Amino acid sequence: MPFEFVINGRSTRVDVPANMPLLWVIRDVLNLRGTKYGCGMALCGACTVHIDGQATRSCITPISEAAGKKVTTIEGLSADLSHPVQKAWIELDVPQCGYCQSGQIMSAAALLAKKPRPTDAEVDDAMSGIICRCGTYQRIREAIHRAAQMHAAPARQKASPVKKANKPGETAAMTDELAANRATGVPAPPAAPSGRARTPVAPQTTAAVGAATGGAE
Amino acid sequence: MSSATIKVDRREFLQSAAAGATGLVIGFYLPNRIDARAATAEAVTFAPNAWIRIGTDDAVTLVIDKSEMGQGVVTSLSMLMAEDLECDWKKIRTVFAPAAKEYANPVFGMQGTGGSTSVRGMWMPLRTAGAQAREMLIAAAAEKWTVDKALCRAENSQVIHTQTKERLSYGSLAEAAGKLPVPSDVKLKDPKQFRIVGKATKRLDAADKSCGRAEFGIDVRQPGMLHAVVARCPVSGGKVASFNADKAKAVRGVKLAVQISSGVAVVADNTWSAMQGRDALEIKWEEGPNAALTSAAIRKTLEEGASKPGGAVARKEGDVTSGLASAAKKIEAVYQAPFLAHATMEPMNCAAHVRADGCDVWAPTQFQGVNQMTAAKIAGLKPEQVNIHTTYLGGGFGRRAEQDFVIEAVEISRAAGAPVQVTWSREDDMQHDFYRPASYSRFEAGLDAEGWPVAWSNRIACPSIMSRFFPGSVKDGLDSSSVEGAAELPYAIPNILVDYQLTETGIPVGFWRSVGNSQNGFFSECFLDELAAAGGKDPYEFRRRLLQKAPRHLAVLELAATKAGWGETLPAGRYRGIAVLSSFGSYVAQVAEVSVDKKSGKVQVHRVVCAVDCGRTVNPLTIEAQMQSAVVFGLTAALKGEITINKGRVEQGNFDDYQMLRMNEMPKVEVHIVPSDQPSGGIGEPGTPLIAPAVCNAIFAATRKRIRRLPIRAEDLV
Repeated sequence: MPFEFVINGRSTRVDVPANMPLLWVIRDVLNLRGTKYGCGMALCGACTVHIDGQATRSCITPISEAAGKKVTTIEGLSADLSHPVQKAWIELDVPQCGYCQSGQIMSAAALLAKKPRPTDAEVDDAMSGIICRCGTYQRIREAIHRAAQMHAAPARQKASPVKKANKPGETAAMTDELAANRATGVPAPPAAPSGRARTPVAPQTTAAVGAATGGAE
Repeated sequence: MSSATIKVDRREFLQSAAAGATGLVIGFYLPNRIDARAATAEAVTFAPNAWIRIGTDDAVTLVIDKSEMGQGVVTSLSMLMAEDLECDWKKIRTVFAPAAKEYANPVFGMQGTGGSTSVRGMWMPLRTAGAQAREMLIAAAAEKWTVDKALCRAENSQVIHTQTKERLSYGSLAEAAGKLPVPSDVKLKDPKQFRIVGKATKRLDAADKSCGRAEFGIDVRQPGMLHAVVARCPVSGGKVASFNADKAKAVRGVKLAVQISSGVAVVADNTWSAMQGRDALEIKWEEGPNAALTSAAIRKTLEEGASKPGGAVARKEGDVTSGLASAAKKIEAVYQAPFLAHATMEPMNCAAHVRADGCDVWAPTQFQGVNQMTAAKIAGLKPEQVNIHTTYLGGGFGRRAEQDFVIEAVEISRAAGAPVQVTWSREDDMQHDFYRPASYSRFEAGLDAEGWPVAWSNRIACPSIMSRFFPGSVKDGLDSSSVEGAAELPYAIPNILVDYQLTETGIPVGFWRSVGNSQNGFFSECFLDELAAAGGKDPYEFRRRLLQKAPRHLAVLELAATKAGWGETLPAGRYRGIAVLSSFGSYVAQVAEVSVDKKSGKVQVHRVVCAVDCGRTVNPLTIEAQMQSAVVFGLTAALKGEITINKGRVEQGNFDDYQMLRMNEMPKVEVHIVPSDQPSGGIGEPGTPLIAPAVCNAIFAATRKRIRRLPIRAEDLV
């Protein structure tokens, strides 16, 4: 059965059974693999995408429910890692294994679009549906607040100081030189293999994005 | 290096690598996702060893021969190489290594990642590799300038003539350096000169993991690839009696249903169709010997195991019998820990393409060395005909050291005659794991009249991981992994006996982050707390005095206690507990601040202060992250984790009945590192065992109730 919807700004038509979950359409039909399968029951949040701006678990959303709507996946959040949530994630060194992070980032972006300066409790409320087995929760919480700051500061603000190890005097912190290297030391992205949508990633810049570019929705 | 190059021994390999510079470009093998990243492959001319590639375009490609499962090896191993190579950190690219004997883990002799060995094992090899390359680049520059090497030094991917201040980039020297002999004896940098190692350095993979671009096993796609799921017998040890796939084959997209060693595979053109097809299979199972197994029966088996006389002795000091006889006070307790699933966020999966002349395997794997042999055997090929492509791992925790997901992919690809990716559902993953062993631990201890311990007897009964995994390592019934965290009891007690009864239960067991320490750390550190209480001592001061001859334990204990404000007043309703343990070459102490709702029995952990001595540090940011990670992993298990068995079946299936700690339950974790110039210890696992005893000891402070079985249950508290 054909279904039409907009994904990451592009009109798309797929011919699949009406009950096929959006997750598998995104991953196996449209070949956008940043959105992850974790549980199939909306229990872990790894599959979170935005449907008309709402954070939605794609693993339990049949394609028929997405028809006619605007779907944004992690690949569509920004073309160049410029979304404040992505910038904050990199700045605060959030990911570990990384598998849940698309869901975490999409949930955080949806939260900030609604609540530009969330409290810790609001962060917990919005984010407790997304499981991270590696335990990146503490840095996620910090990164959401950091992203909120970036969101709120449209001027060409400087990135916050490089995060230092929190054991004063016990281990050397990052040198200025290393910090400067790190700001642009992100490995270049691979070129697109086999049709997978990949866009070049600009080096992480210290200039903040303007408010207008923040928030995908 | 091509897979053909990789077969040659190390000397030949190095020579051929060097020969490559004479005009023959060395095409070196790059795993799937990263070949594009290292788009400089054509420019590679300098490959002095198995890990470092420098192109004429100045790009530095570092080969990462350990699996990145979140613990940060892409970054930490790159730091080790870059330090002695003196290369520009901005120019680094990384690729995951193919399976090859050059990449065997120096700690356990086979290519794989586990036991928190990556930095420990690779400290010297990677620093040496970096220094080798640096010395060859310096020698090439010295030849160009016709000066003595001593007048040249390397810095930031350039060689500098110290008199004329001329500079040559590594790229411009790569070809010439490739013609030089590989020095056998190179000088490593003085740690005082380190620019990278020991400095807080952000992850190299954070950007890829923040935009959905990092490729996990489940994201592998190959031309013509099909998707499979497998129906496996719900009872461990059971098999297919018969099956009918007519209805499965009628599902749209399903191509094939075929019996394989683990069950019945359904192959389709997408994952969801394969799952629909599997739901439509009709299978009769032969459930085998475990068909009636229950958790209650397993508990009884372990209890009986612990009661048998004459266990395998893991530690014996003095004479426990006379020590107990002379004691002024005796304390006994039984502790129990349940089976646990790994529940990696990325469920098990693997892709394989078996052909007549070779086989490719794309896997989120911790054990490439064995994967290669496993796949070769099934495909009827030589190991060197099998290419293992390692992807990022969406969590590992020991689960991905197993072979089952690789076996399935290779068997199905062979049957389908096409590249096939097998994906496990969450339920498959939960119910067909190699579980953290359930364990039963009986203690008996004696205190003298002043309340100090004079005897410690600990009998452990649990199933053995090693007797399946490395059977040769189990000697006289002693599986060292079953007693780790118990046998090394660091406290000054004159009479100690720790022994073990290897007790199988019918449930397959495997390595689970921190392995035996995960149970024994809980048992020993809680029982020690019982002794402190029985002797009327403060649990911190009690440990302190008994650790006077264990300086590294003592240092982390004191640091954690000091930073946590041990002895200072807490807000009403909050209580502290403390624990200390050494594992994987590192020392960790944690103080947990806990409150208990005395009506509901709900436990909330507010703050965890963690002190760690992991020897020389590589990346403090990773150490902090791994301590936070270990707290979450261990706390999830302590508060929620239990796999139960009924009729031979695992009763849990998904995150509704096997729950995970979530953000609203995340305590504030503070990490403090003890400065050290000792050899590096592990960091991925050693934080895990401490949180359960620290929390349970805090619960005792709050409620005077001892938690002697995990997970922590409200009924044990109120």
